[in-house]
Amino acid sequence: MSEQHRSVTLTVNGRTHQFDVPVRRLLSDAIRHDVGLTGTHVGCEHGVCGACTVLMDGRPVRSCLLFAVSADGAAITTVEGLAAADGTRHPVQQAFTECHALQCGFCTPGFLTTIAAALEDNSHPSEEQAEEIISGNLCRCTGYQNIKAAVLRAAELKRAAG
Amino acid sequence: MKPPAFTYHAPESLDEALGVLAEVGEDGKVLAGGQSLVPILNMRLAAPAHLVDINRVAGLSTVDTNDTSVTVGATARHTDVELDDAAYGVQPLLRQALRLVAHPVIRNRGTTVGSLAHADPAGEMTAVLALTRGSVRITSGSGSRNVDATDFFVGPLECCLRAGEMVESATFPAFPAGTGSAFIEVARRHGDYALCGVAAAVTVLDGAVSAARAAYISVGPTPLLVDLTDAVAGGAVSGGAVSGADWAAAGRLAQSQVSPEADIHSTASYRRHLVGVLTARALAEAAAAAAPTHSLPLRRSG
Repeated sequence: MSEQHRSVTLTVNGRTHQFDVPVRRLLSDAIRHDVGLTGTHVGCEHGVCGACTVLMDGRPVRSCLLFAVSADGAAITTVEGLAAADGTRHPVQQAFTECHALQCGFCTPGFLTTIAAALEDNSHPSEEQAEEIISGNLCRCTGYQNIKAAVLRAAELKRAAG
Repeated sequence: MKPPAFTYHAPESLDEALGVLAEVGEDGKVLAGGQSLVPILNMRLAAPAHLVDINRVAGLSTVDTNDTSVTVGATARHTDVELDDAAYGVQPLLRQALRLVAHPVIRNRGTTVGSLAHADPAGEMTAVLALTRGSVRITSGSGSRNVDATDFFVGPLECCLRAGEMVESATFPAFPAGTGSAFIEVARRHGDYALCGVAAAVTVLDGAVSAARAAYISVGPTPLLVDLTDAVAGGAVSGGAVSGADWAAAGRLAQSQVSPEADIHSTASYRRHLVGVLTARALAEAAAAAAPTHSLPLRRSG
């Protein structure tokens, strides 16, 4: 039996992509292989590490726990979509740079998307809330202190920018 | 870690979904949020021949609250239930428990009804359904039936759903007047499965404890409901403080009712220890919430 395929339309970072996929294609793999954006990293593929986190219709979700066909018609924002069109860094990206919140960088795309979405809901997170925001993402390099600092710094930058 | 091949169905109405489920029978699996199912597929622990994706079915994503209960549709996300102020007003245990379900990003996609149907003995919402004496509405092409929590959970990862059926909604009744609730758990890592979790409800009438019940996760094959009233009845409550109620005695009573098992995460005796300690804490917190001077707890995030 040949494997079932379906046509999927995704709007990724404002650009519309249409392609055929096997129905079992994970959204994370569709973003990397079919759309060609490799900023979304694939770590554990069972929802634990958070590296594959993207925004679907504005909400952060694990792209490894979604089938591309289930996301048909959705608007996706990946880490490549965070910076402004002119290349100006998103406040979270700027804060990661300033606070040295990454080392190897593998987990970073998932942190950036998760934190960017959280700051849309809460522009003034407490330290405790900053920990809660990043609690679902694993980083094996930094020990998290600098990432927590970057959450608070990103919120500052975002508030300053209005 | 890629899922095995399957045939995908994306019905847009409940009738269409039920038709597909009837057709594929035992070979079909409902896909709602997928936050438990997709890991299982990715790890190839299951290989259903047909996935019936109900996310496009109209009318299933509702959170309906009236004076006496909250009814959650099959595709309502945990986040939507957690943030629903009307639902919190009628049944606060929903939000108290949902804060502990995995992480916010998982709750954005995972569904409350899906976690019930998954029937994981570590799933917080199973205890919420049990403690609220809730029920689920099970629907198939040949009609619907309402099933109480006590009959719905059959064993670990097993509920009473038959081939061709799906859970259309779950209803969580309000507690009786004068009842406060709490949900406490201990997990190895933030957001991880609990080694032991306790949902507690304490009813205070005329300044004294009149009823105390708790439901437990991760210490048995299904959520375990225990009536602890005998251990704490008559404890006086005033100004948000409870005196004269022996919460530790309730913890010991609960310990005598559970038979936890050991696994890689915890010994059985540590789980039993947690049952005692967490019962006392959860009951005290629930009693404080029942006292009239209590101010509503604020959400921690966002």
